[in-house]
Amino acid sequence: MDLLEFQGKQLFARHGVPVPEGEVVDTVEAAVEAAERIGYPCVIKAQVQIGGRGKAGGIKVAQNREQAEQHASAIIGMDIRGPRGEGPFKVHQVWVERASEIEAEYYASIILDRSAKKLLAMLSTMGGMNVEEIAEKDSEALARRYVEPGQGLGQEQARALAADAGVPEEVRNETADLLVKLYGAFNESDATLIEVNPLVVTKGGDVIALDSKVTIDNSALFRHDELAGLEDPSAEDPQEQMAREKGLTYVKLDGDIGILGNGAGLCMATLDVVAQAGGRPANFLDAGGGSKAEAIVDALEVITSDPKVVAILFNIFGGITRCDEIAKGIIEASGQIEIGVPLVVRLDGTNSEEGLALLADADLPNLHVEKTMLGAAERVVELAKTGAAA
Amino acid sequence: MSIIVDERTKLVISGLTGREGSFHGLRNRNYGTDVVAGVTPKKGGQDVEGIPIFDTIAEAVDERAANSSMIFVPARFAAAAIEEAIDAGIGTVIAITEHIPVHDMLRVYWRARDAGVRLIGPNCPGVLSPGKANVGIIPAQFFEQGSIGVVSKSGTLTYQIGNELKQAGLGDSTIVGIGGDPIVGSDFIDILELFERDDETELIVMVGEIGGDAEERAADYIAENVSKPVVAYIAGFTAPPGKQMGHAGAIISGSSGTAQAKKEALEEHGIRVGKSPTETAQLAAETIGAKARG
Repeated sequence: MDLLEFQGKQLFARHGVPVPEGEVVDTVEAAVEAAERIGYPCVIKAQVQIGGRGKAGGIKVAQNREQAEQHASAIIGMDIRGPRGEGPFKVHQVWVERASEIEAEYYASIILDRSAKKLLAMLSTMGGMNVEEIAEKDSEALARRYVEPGQGLGQEQARALAADAGVPEEVRNETADLLVKLYGAFNESDATLIEVNPLVVTKGGDVIALDSKVTIDNSALFRHDELAGLEDPSAEDPQEQMAREKGLTYVKLDGDIGILGNGAGLCMATLDVVAQAGGRPANFLDAGGGSKAEAIVDALEVITSDPKVVAILFNIFGGITRCDEIAKGIIEASGQIEIGVPLVVRLDGTNSEEGLALLADADLPNLHVEKTMLGAAERVVELAKTGAAA
Repeated sequence: MSIIVDERTKLVISGLTGREGSFHGLRNRNYGTDVVAGVTPKKGGQDVEGIPIFDTIAEAVDERAANSSMIFVPARFAAAAIEEAIDAGIGTVIAITEHIPVHDMLRVYWRARDAGVRLIGPNCPGVLSPGKANVGIIPAQFFEQGSIGVVSKSGTLTYQIGNELKQAGLGDSTIVGIGGDPIVGSDFIDILELFERDDETELIVMVGEIGGDAEERAADYIAENVSKPVVAYIAGFTAPPGKQMGHAGAIISGSSGTAQAKKEALEEHGIRVGKSPTETAQLAAETIGAKARG
């Protein structure tokens, strides 16, 4: 789960990481009131989970009440696209915070290094740009230090990291302090990524986190009541939201062929063979292991609710999953919802003969059974092309 | 031979009294795996269809000489169960449970490593040595005994490939599901090393997917250390890049973690990569055939 900037800053604050004073609001009136309380100049920042908010016009400085009102009305309700065209994300909330007088901008992060099986802390005095740009410009400028298992990130290691990064002596202790607290926040909240960019040194010599990017391990949410309910519904499209409510693993893509597979690997492979056959998948939907008929009804409901879908492919290799359950689900769904587009089904593995017999008996309109994964991919692409043309 | 599980495996199952645990545990026993015990706290003294239940893994080791364990307990208790197995002196731990918190796995990974315990998983389908032992949830009917070693991040994809190999008349020495979680006990490299040493294995099929850089590191490892032919498959060319690593993830691995990058890394070292599960099985069949003729 990715936190919004203000949620990340509130998490930081709970662990003693210095952040600017601020308030989160969702109306223009509340934004103006917050700005008046905080004082000017203040910054009004769109709360959406996407980089490049500043360039998109989602971050503005207000020098007075008038400007606060003007910026808040421009930002609340605007649609922001990411640097790679992601989104759009509608702005529902803004974070109003006291503007900082910036002397220097740093970059700091703690991440999980899957290969080394350790946490890695990184620090650079070249803040403001993204980490790829820093590494490209000057790899030496990005100081790195592994957190050894069982040891944690202490003051001494943090100071050494700050020294490696070339942080001036005057603010080295403050920077190290902040890193140690950031590590505490990481550890105690089951984070897998914390990025602070920029981490700033103010003209007054304070070191504070001016931005936050935090990813929390979803598997650990059961032990974090304080983080409950922080999912950002505005970041999801309608199908993703519907799938989440039904407990399905669904990712929206930009094509027109609805896909259902069982198991993440097989589902990904299905997307790949459909793309190789010249089609464009509309989604990734993993029905999971041991799916029952009911889950199949839910899945079909989610897939068909996407208006772009012109054909659907079910690719099932039954291991734990029983193909007769899948067939029952398809038959049940066709009685409950209007599928409306051709459905290609490939059933193989456990109880596939029973499943195929059920489908043959039901003799559903617009249902096409294929024996192999590749044959099914070719068929659905063909049907999608005819369907899209019609 | 074969690797990790075989006729000498004496299995204790943590969570055997649960619904899933008993279903799969009994399937494993029916297959021929020597399931010597189950463990559920406070249920010691009971049995599941004749398999004795103990309160602790240590008791199962003392009384039933268990040497391997399968973890089938809910995610929030799974890390502790793995640690219990390590402390009890179990040599091989196979963790099926999914959704174990990453921070727990980070701790458990180093515990296992320091103790010299082989940990497979978590969030994996387990390990099957056809004709010898099955530990986990792999449906054995799709695999024949033979000389191909299969190592995979994915479950169903492996069944698909195993079934295609079977239809091509090929069998397997061992199928190892290593799992696709951010932190797994054994990576491709650990399993490749075992297959390289295993007499029964003639060819290795490696099934990877997007995320991390385990495939890229495996490619380098194969070039240096593996004399047996390797055929690979990578899933996820069309999948959206995983969100969990953010931007900072790519920088340390030196790779984008995309399927294309993995394919290129493998092909650079002369490893053939199938475009689909079907083509991968065909490549394996061709390679084995060529080897037999040569």
